[in-house]
Order: sequence, then C-alpha cells, then structure tokens
Amino acid sequence: MERVINLGKYIEQGINALEENFSFLWSAIDDGISWTVDHLNDLLLGIPFVLFLLLITFLAYYAKTGSKLFKKEGLKMGLGLASFVVVGFLLIYLMGYWEDAIHTTTLVLVATFIALILGIPLGILSARNRTADMVIRPILDFMQTMPAFVYLIPAIFFFSVGNTPGIIATVIFSLPPAVRLTSLGIRNVPSDVVEAGHAFGATENQILYKIQLPLAMPTILTGVNQVILLALSMVVIASMVGARGLGSIVYQGIQQNDIAKGFESGLGIVILAIILDRITQSIANKK
Amino acid sequence: MTENNDRTVKIKVEDLTLIFGKRKKEALAMLEKGASKEEILKKTKCTVGINKASFEVYEGEVFVVMGLSGSGKSTLIRCLNRLNEPTSGKVFFKDHDITREGNKELMKTRRYEMSMVFQKFGLLPHKTILENAAFGLELRGEPKEEREKKARQALETVGLKGYEEQLPSAMSGGMQQRVGLARALANDSEVLLMDEAFSALDPLIKADMQDELLQIQEKLQKTIVFITHDLDEAIKLGDRIVIMKDGVIEQIGTAEEILTNPASDYVEAFTEKVDRKTIITAETLMFRKPTLLHLKKDGPMQAIRKMRTISVDVLPVEDEKRVFLGYVWLKDVLKLADRKENSLQSVIRTEVPSVYSHYTVEEMLPLISNHNYPLAVVDEESKRLLGIVTQTSLIIEATRFEREEVKELIEKANDI
Repeated sequence: MERVINLGKYIEQGINALEENFSFLWSAIDDGISWTVDHLNDLLLGIPFVLFLLLITFLAYYAKTGSKLFKKEGLKMGLGLASFVVVGFLLIYLMGYWEDAIHTTTLVLVATFIALILGIPLGILSARNRTADMVIRPILDFMQTMPAFVYLIPAIFFFSVGNTPGIIATVIFSLPPAVRLTSLGIRNVPSDVVEAGHAFGATENQILYKIQLPLAMPTILTGVNQVILLALSMVVIASMVGARGLGSIVYQGIQQNDIAKGFESGLGIVILAIILDRITQSIANKK
Repeated sequence: MTENNDRTVKIKVEDLTLIFGKRKKEALAMLEKGASKEEILKKTKCTVGINKASFEVYEGEVFVVMGLSGSGKSTLIRCLNRLNEPTSGKVFFKDHDITREGNKELMKTRRYEMSMVFQKFGLLPHKTILENAAFGLELRGEPKEEREKKARQALETVGLKGYEEQLPSAMSGGMQQRVGLARALANDSEVLLMDEAFSALDPLIKADMQDELLQIQEKLQKTIVFITHDLDEAIKLGDRIVIMKDGVIEQIGTAEEILTNPASDYVEAFTEKVDRKTIITAETLMFRKPTLLHLKKDGPMQAIRKMRTISVDVLPVEDEKRVFLGYVWLKDVLKLADRKENSLQSVIRTEVPSVYSHYTVEEMLPLISNHNYPLAVVDEESKRLLGIVTQTSLIIEATRFEREEVKELIEKANDI
C-alpha cells in the first residue's frame, strides 16, 4: 500500500532542526556527561580492588543490619548478602572483568543520578498538579512502551557514538519508575496527616518537605531501586552505540559468537544487578 | 470583642453556607430563594453541606456540635479554620472575619489562634512523640530548644511523660490521641477544634479521655469546639450543644434545655435514650412561685383558708426577710386555731429537705424517702424559696411515665 502519512519524516525533520539549532546544548551535555563518567570511572578504578571489596561488603552488611550492626541478630541478617558480595566480586575479578564491571557501574550510577534528578521533581509535580499529571502520564507510557533500541538512533544523532548516547538512552528508559513511584508515594500519604499539617498552618513547602516527602520515602526509594535495575538492563543495548563495560563484552560475544565471553560477562551483569538491588532494597525497607 | 450575656464571644458564625460542587453560584441563588436540598441537587448537581448556620461560641466554654454522619458537623468545624472554604457567610474570630483573610493571615490564624485535634490523630509516623507534639511549633519556625520545652510540658499535661522518644506506631489509639491533644496544647492557642477526637477510641479509653479533657479544660480554660456523633459525649463535655441535621442547625442550648425542650421531633428522637436523671435539675422541675405563708402576716385562720383554696394540707412558711423557714401542716394549724393562738411559729417543721436549683433528679430522689414533704428549692445566697419540687414530679421525671399513667398505677396498686 502506498504511504499516505509520512510521520517518520516529520519526526526526522524535527530532530534535524533540534540538532542544528541547539548544537551548543548537545555538545555541552555531551561534555558534561563525558567528564563525569571519565572522572567517576577513574576514581572508582583508583580504589584498590581489596579496599573496594571491603567497602562494598561493609555497605551491604550495614544496609541489611542498620542499627543492629554489631549485634548477634545483625550477623544473621547481613551475613548472606555480605558473603554474596565477596564471592561475586571475587568471581568477576578473577574472570578478568573487573575494569569492565567498574565501567558498567559508572554508567549505571550516572544514568541513575540523572534519571532521579529529573524524575523525582516530575513525580512531585504530577502528584500535586492535576494538569501536569495529565500531560506527564501518557509521555511516561510512551517512553516505557517504545522499544529501547529506538532511543539509540536520535541519541547517536545528537551525541555520536560513545558513553553519552548510551547514558541518554538509559536515562530515558529508566526514568518512568522514578516519576511514577514518587507520584504514587506522595499520593498515598494519608490525607489526615496532610490535613493536620494544613490545620497547623503549614505552607505548601512545609507540607512537601516535612510531611509528604518523608512519608513517601519508602516508595520513592523503591523507585530508585527500579531505576537502577532498568539502567542495568540497558547496558547491553547501550553498548551498541559505543558505551563501554560488561555490556560491550556481551555485545562482542554476540558478534563473535563467543559463548564463553558472553556467558561470563552476562553473569557479571547479573552479579552487579543482584548486589545493587539488594543493597538499595534494604535501604528502602529500613525507612 | 462583642459582649453577650456578659460573656465574651470568641467565635461568631453568621449565615455560614457551604456548597459542594461546580455550580456553586447557581446553587446558592436557589438556596436563597428557598429551594430544598433535593431540588438543588437535581438541578445543579451541587450538595448543600451547611445551610445558613449561625451561632456564637463564648470564651472558655466547650461548645459541642452534634450530628450523625452527613449532618455537616465536620464540614462546619473545618470552615472555622477554612480547611473547607465556605461558599457564603462569615466566621468571626474575636473581631476579624476569617473568611476574608488572605493566605498569610489565614496561616497566622492557624498557627497561633486555633489548633485542631483529629479523629484519625494525623500524627507523623516517622517522628517521635516529642517531635510530633512540637510539630505545630516547628511549622511556626520556633527554635528547637524552645519548642521541645513546650512540647514536653504539653506531653506532661496529657500524661505522656516518659514516652517522648517513642514512635507513634508503638502506642495505642488512646495514647496517640493524647499526642494529638498535646500537639494542639503545645501551640497554646486560645481555640481548640476537636473533630470527633475520641470517636475512634474504645469506650473505656474514650471515657478516660473525656474526663481528662474536662480536667485539662478546668485548668486551661480554652475555648473548645468539639464535634461528635455521640449525644452522651456531647452532654458530658458540652457547656452548650448544637444539634445538626442535613447541614441545618436544629437547636442550640445546654443539655438540659435540649432535653426538656427539644426544638424538633428529630432532636427529641435523639434525646430519648439519654439518662435524664443526671441532667434534669430542680430548676426545671420546680413549681415556681408556690403559695406561701408569711410568718408575720399570716395567722392560723389565714393558713387554713389558703390551704383550702388550693386544696393542700401542707404549705411553706417564710419570715419577713423572705427566708424559707419550713412547712406547716393542716392538722397542726387546726389545733392552733382551736387554741386560738395567733402565730404559726410553734408548729413550723424546720427539719425539712431543701435543695439548691442545680440539684439533679438523681441527687434529689434519695431525699424523698422516709417523709412526705415536697422539696424546697432555695436560693444559695439569700435562702429565699424559689419553688418546690413535688414527689410526684420527681417520680414522673425519673420513670418517664405520664401523670395519668402514675395515677393509674397507684389506683391499680390500691386494688391489689
């Protein structure tokens, strides 16, 4: 059948125009992200493996135990995750993928950070403003259902290949839960507590910072956890536009039909995912 | 400040109307023209929450608004601090009209003048009891040390000393509501708005809290607007009670006024189950201005005439200063007349039960056993006779039988 509507062409034209007219913006974003990624990467790699292992093990243990850090029950609660961290990290290190794992971690951290910076305020806005919510909701649906690969094309277009387009695509893909769960958390704050705030003369800001955000925090942290996991799930796709890390090894494995490489790096991603998930989840549950 | 009956009016509500829905103006215009709630709902899809409510709350009183769910009582209390925005009408706090306040003034009113206690407590689960009690002060921006000092004091007032560092989740409903009360008290505002504050509590805890509130009120003398659906609670706590139905105020008055003189069938139906013995007083029951004998003026012959005219065989006597002395009986007076004596003095029975006008039926009932005098109601200061309460009227009040029914019962009993 003959094409009547050429929607794709208009999108292309629009993106072209954006690229040409705002090139200073794209290059500024590119510079900013590249700088952050490089420095964070160097920083993390600068930490000796043993020290890094100890730090993360302690963090995992602490996240699980909280105030019962030095008590007997604490040992029961934290030992499982702590030993998993030790075994998992040693495995990655000994397989020779430590550096790639750090690259991946860096990308995930930066993408998560950007997604939260954008997502939490959007979530607050959509919880407090009906019109904003009506605009934001369908956009989120669109972002979540559009195949993630599609984001790669404009990302390359604006930022060429490298870490930046990978991170941008990851941010778009992992942003929705940050918005949705922040909004949900704030909406679910019991109305009697908010009313009490109003009755005692709270300003809108006081309602937000002293009542809504603290009470929504567990839900917001669940959102953070979701963002991190979605970001991790994007690393392989992001590697197709040149992002480094374990994802690119998996991608190489696919291209070279190398089962060993693919499996090892895939396992590395799973280990990272489990550790990040468990740590953030126990922080969320502690609240 | 305006004066009324020598009492300072703290809150004055004038023609307060609140309409829920989108076409408020239209609905309001219909209401002004006297349309019914149903007509307005049908035509504009607006609900009338409060329909032209007017009342005054005096300084230092507990003013109870009572009604069933949907009567508009919670909406009404929320109009006082504008958690609900009135559609028309005025709410005066002291001299300023709260309905015309801008955001800043309203915030000030809420922060300094009126504190609220909620049915569901409205505590912050992530803050300690102390922080919760200090929350109103925190919102005002008071420094930490000062607000914690005040909060500690308020917690002590409500009996929660020692629980400062607990979290609300570790406490029972009654204790949580004490925290809610402490939060309101810590603000030290003149007006307390209590929205079904004790309705979510177990009966025993509820009674405890009511007693405690009355004790606190005796000390602090706040102006309290208390919402409840429980008439017993209203009677226990309220100096005056408002009864609401469908957004309309049915009656305002003291518990006794409402019980003895219900303004509508609705109010009467409500009051039927109440234990009246503890509420109805001599003031209501007594016959005012009874026939009297004056010791100086009336001799035995005059006494006999007076007794015959109203066909009784006992009459009260007072002296020249109109102080109540006691009763004389017909049989004694007849003897006096026989002996041609001139003064009633010798036959006055002085050991007779007298009460003050605030005595309740419950307190008077024991007094009528073992003798057959009517109870004399005397003024506390001047000792003048204000009226008499007959045994029959006491029994009628206590049993809620009609006068005819009592007669019938007596006749039946005589036949047995």
